Parts: sequence; C-alpha cells; structure tokens
Amino acid sequence: MTKTNETHTELALEIGASQLELLEKLCNATAVSGDEHEVRQIVLEEIKPHVDEVKVDALGNVLATRFGRGENRLRVMLAAHMDEIGFMVVKKHDDGLFEFERIGGIDERQLPGKPVLVGREHLPGVIGAKPIHMTTSNERKNKIETSALRIDLGPEIGDKVKPSDRAAFATRFEVIGPSLRAKALDNRLGVATLIELLKHAPEQIDLLAAFTVQEEVGLRGAGVAAYAFHPDMAVAVDATPANDFPHWDDDDENDRYNTRLDAGPAIYVMDFYTIPDRRLINWLVETGEQTGTPYQLRQPGGGGTDAGAIHKVREGIPSVSVSVPIRYAHTAVSLARLDDWAYTLNLLHTALGRITPDLLAGERRD
Amino acid sequence: MIDLLAHLKDMLSVAGLSGFEKPIREIVQKAWAPLTDELSVSKIGSLHGLKIGRGEQPRHRVMISAHMDAIGLMVTGMQDGLLRFTEVGGIDPRILPGQLVIVHGREDLPGVVVQPPAHVLPETDGDGPVAMKYLFVDVGLRPGDVAEKVRVGDTISFAQEPLELTGEALAGHTLDNRVSVAATTLCLEELKNRAHQWDVWAVASAQEEETLGGALTSPFDIRPDIAIVIDVCFAKGPGSSDWRSLPFGEGVGLGYGPNIHPALYQRFEQKAKALEIPYHQDLMPRMSGTDAMAVQVVAEGIPCMVLGIPLRYMHTPVETVSLKDIRRAGRLMAAVIADLMPETLEQIQWEE
Repeated sequence: MTKTNETHTELALEIGASQLELLEKLCNATAVSGDEHEVRQIVLEEIKPHVDEVKVDALGNVLATRFGRGENRLRVMLAAHMDEIGFMVVKKHDDGLFEFERIGGIDERQLPGKPVLVGREHLPGVIGAKPIHMTTSNERKNKIETSALRIDLGPEIGDKVKPSDRAAFATRFEVIGPSLRAKALDNRLGVATLIELLKHAPEQIDLLAAFTVQEEVGLRGAGVAAYAFHPDMAVAVDATPANDFPHWDDDDENDRYNTRLDAGPAIYVMDFYTIPDRRLINWLVETGEQTGTPYQLRQPGGGGTDAGAIHKVREGIPSVSVSVPIRYAHTAVSLARLDDWAYTLNLLHTALGRITPDLLAGERRD
Repeated sequence: MIDLLAHLKDMLSVAGLSGFEKPIREIVQKAWAPLTDELSVSKIGSLHGLKIGRGEQPRHRVMISAHMDAIGLMVTGMQDGLLRFTEVGGIDPRILPGQLVIVHGREDLPGVVVQPPAHVLPETDGDGPVAMKYLFVDVGLRPGDVAEKVRVGDTISFAQEPLELTGEALAGHTLDNRVSVAATTLCLEELKNRAHQWDVWAVASAQEEETLGGALTSPFDIRPDIAIVIDVCFAKGPGSSDWRSLPFGEGVGLGYGPNIHPALYQRFEQKAKALEIPYHQDLMPRMSGTDAMAVQVVAEGIPCMVLGIPLRYMHTPVETVSLKDIRRAGRLMAAVIADLMPETLEQIQWEE
C-alpha cells in the first residue's frame, strides 16, 4: 500500500482547520433518518450566504441553487444525504431502561457496550450487555439480539425520554494521525463536500444542491428533490465501505474489498440500484487522469446511493455516484483518511468546472 | 471533602491493566497521600497505605483490599497495519466490535476494534459472533507507521469516556473496580475524624483480573488480623435478573458464603442496620470472585468480609454504577473500622 502523507500543494481546495471544524460539527450532530433537524440547521446556516435560492421541501430536504452565468448552462444536481443510521425508543421499562428499534442497516453485533445520545437534548445513555460472568459458553456462540438490549438512561430519567425519541451513537469526532474517526462519516463527509462545492461553485453551470433526508431507510428524499430540481444530470456524493482487510487465511485473497483507503474517491460503475451513465463515469475518470487526482473504481455489486432514486425520476436523469471510501460505516465508529476526502472534494470541484453542454450532447453510451 | 465524581473520573482517565498498574497507582498514591501516614508499593505493584490507629502497641490491623487493575487487550500480532489481540481479564468478544481503545505503543495511539466483514472470515464466524482472534484494532495509521510504533505485547485499554446518567448513575469502562478504590478513599477520609484504635491498611491491589497476585502477596506483607475486600457485584438490569443480582443504586452488597467469616458479616449487617445504610445480602455459595478468595488463605488464614457495589454490564466499557452506593460503602467501612476495639478480635470467632 502506498504511503502518501506528504503534503499536497497541488490541490485547488484545501481541507484546513475551518473545513475540519465544520465536519466535526456535522458528525457530532445527530440526524437519524426522519429527524434530520440538527444537520439541516447547520447546512442552512453554512450555505445561505453562498446560494441564490434555498428552501426546505415537504420531506425536509434542503434544496439550494446557485446560478451560473452565460448561455447554455447545464443544470447539475449534487445530492448528499444528511441522515444517519440510529435508533428509536419504542418502549419504556422500569429503572431508566428503554427498549429500542434500529433505523437503517445496523449490524446488531455492533450494539452491545455503546454509549448513545437520546432525543433533541442529547441525553446520555448506554446500551449495556450481560456480564460475561453470567453467560454460558453456549450462549456466547450466538449473537446478542437487539430485543435483549436496552438503552439505560439512569434511574431518575422520569419523563425526559419517551417512546418516539430518536437516539444516535455518541462517538465524538477526532482526527487521529492521517485519519478521521467519528460516527456518521456516512454521510457527513458528503454533506461537508457539498457545502464546500457550493462555496466554490463554478460559473458555467447551475449548481443544484440537495441535502437529502431518509436515504438510509430507502432513498426517500432524493427522488422528490430530483423531481423538484428537474436537473440535466446528477451526482450523488456519499461514503462507501472500504472493506480492504486481510483475509483470515493467509493463502486466500480478499477479492471483495469494495474500495480501499488511500486510493482516492470511489467512482461507481454499478451498484444495487443504479447503472450510472457511462458519459458521467468517463467525465470523472478523465478528470482524475488528466489532473493527476487519485481515484478508484468501486467494485460493482451491492449498496447504493441517492442516485438510485434520482436516475429514475421524471423521464430519467443521467446520474453517477462518487464516494469517499470509509471503514466501518453504519457502526458507532467509522474511519476515513483525510487525503481521500480532500481528493474527493477536488475531483468533484475540478470535474464540475470542466462541464460543457457537450458532456450530454451525444446519446448515453454503454 | 473529596469530590467523588472528579476522583473517579481522574482514575478512569488512565489505563492500568492487570500487571501494568503504574498509571492508576500513581493517581491513587496522590489521592491517598494526605489521608494516610505511610505509603509503599509492594513487590508485585500493589499500593499499601497505612493509617496508624490510636490504640496501644501492639495494635491490631485491618486491611481493606480494593483491586485497581483493569481488564483490557494485548497485541498479539499485526497484518497490513491492523492489530491482532488477545484479552487481559475476562472479556466477552461480542462486546468488542466498534469499541474505542488506546493502544499503548511507543506512544499512545487511539483506535477502534474492528469486526471484519464476512467474506474475509471463516464461514463459521460470518454472521454470528466473531471470535476474538479474528478481530482487529485499527489505529488509523498506515501500515509502515503501525509497525514502527506498535509491538507484540503492547497493552490496549478501553477509551470510552465516562457518561453521567440520571440519578447519580455513572457509566464507563473500568468502574470495576475503580469504584471500590474510590469507596476506600472516602473511608480513609471519614476515618480522619474518627479515633480508630486499629491500624488501617488500605490496599489498592494489583492483578485481580488475572492472577489475584496482589491479593495473595499484600496480606502476607501486612499480616492483617481481619480483611475487608471491596469489589463490584452484579446489579439487576438487562440480562441480569436472577438471585445473583442486587437492585441498582439501592444499597451495598454484603457478601455471604465460604469466603466470608460469619462474625464479620454480622458486624457489617448490624452496623448497616444501626446507621440505616441500605444493603442487600449478596449470596456467594461457592466463591466470591474477588480478592477474598486469595486473602482468606494467606499464611495461617485471615477472616474476610466482602463488600459489594452493585454494577450493571460488568466487563463492558459501559459498566454502570450509582455514586450513592459508593458513598454508602465508604461510610459503612469507616463505621465498622471505627468500632474495632483492642478486644474486638477475640469476638471474631466461630460459634461452637
């Protein structure tokens, strides 16, 4: 694996202290699918000075437009989902204990022993586990089911928490070495990227930024956002797993890594929901090649992004996805390389600046 | 007055795995220095604090044993910059994925425990609990840097910051057994104003979670006439509701069973009743799972009492305890100790 911790003076957009501060704020905020309020507030505050139009739609998406200048401007939609995986409190028990349900794809093996923040007031709670002393070896062969777990808020919680409150993992953002360690890097990295792109928007296109809701529970926000914008093309900006681990058996190879850390932004060629428009894939690949920006092709297969909903809206919208590779998505603690984020931001920034109407002039080439 | 929460948080801010207690010992040393007359460190790394009694020489001795070591992990190898590890103390591997940790390499490296995806695991581990030997720790560094900074045998401690829940409940790692060290600190503070006759030896013992090494060696050194072992016990909560578990935050546990001398049990029970300190009998039919198992059989044998602070989610990084019970334990120990007269020892007898 390459060692790339020298500084990058070539990048047009640097990730500096203020960008990291914003990402930290975004990651530490909670926005479980269906209750994206906190991240929406941050987004609105950040983008208002930089956009020509902004509104919050019926589902809670933030739709912001920054118009370009000149003739024949393409309407380019960027989408990044604001929501994160998390929990809803569903039943109150005695003694400060609450039953909860998962929201979004969370592996229940990631739940025992985790602190959470509950409700708008971020009340601290913990998901405990049975003491090992009380388990049998047979019991330890099975995973701990969510139904056996509770969120514990302490004996005097009273009515401060009630069924219907959302909860999220409590992990706080940190920079460790060349990496970022936080909850919800999926997809606050995308949100932060879109904010930066709006702040440095190219002039020759109309930039239509959708900060979407409910991606983790079925790409619900993106579809209506695309309908409202009616763009010429769309790019979903997200985070995707880097499953680049060694195989347990040294003789075997990990051939399903999806993406790798330190290899730059991941361009999608196919996922569970979308076969991206080849013209847009080429546009990104060529941008990477011609500017020397590292990129990787995400292994075709499962998963998906907001593009899955967007590309089928109205008469169809040419779409593609670009993700920051991250490890441990959908757990309490995800991890990304700062460099991969910087390259993702710059690949997109440069690519947007190179768009001409010719990009979509021909037919979709497959 | 000692600020209990601050004292606890101070102790939780450092590691101190079994056999590697130096960082926690230094903090306890600082806390106990103003409360004791002499402090020393045993050959195995336990901290001994002596508070001299008012009685005439030769004075009897009571020892309080609270283990200060923590459970954790230890590096066994590395692969592509990711660390393999084993456990120090008993850990259910099912609570490990996604835990924040610190790897104590050539420098302290923050990291996270990784559950690799199914396709790089043996089929048996894919969807069920992943065995500890297949988990990793990721410190967010590139492979070359990891190899420079981490070696086999480096310890890994839990890094979850403590959380204050409602009702004076505190959640965090290593509350087992820093809460008992804190209760001992409170006891020593209370004894400053009491004319206790016996010498009091407070011990923050080492290696309870692995070898009981501290509990075997400190009493040999000190030769106490009686010993109070204080540790955490099970509190009722999710997955823990049978007779072994005591109500949460509603009083201390008084251990009862073969590790405990019945005459000492009675003194504690009577004192708790007299002072209206809430307690529950904590039945330990075979053994207590505490330092008492070792202390009891040191030299010619030592009468032991086991005092428990009920704790939820034992041996996870979110162990949860009530500060109220820590204060109760400190107060009860001080009251029992203040009542020890020169002739008391003769009363600690088996009924015949």
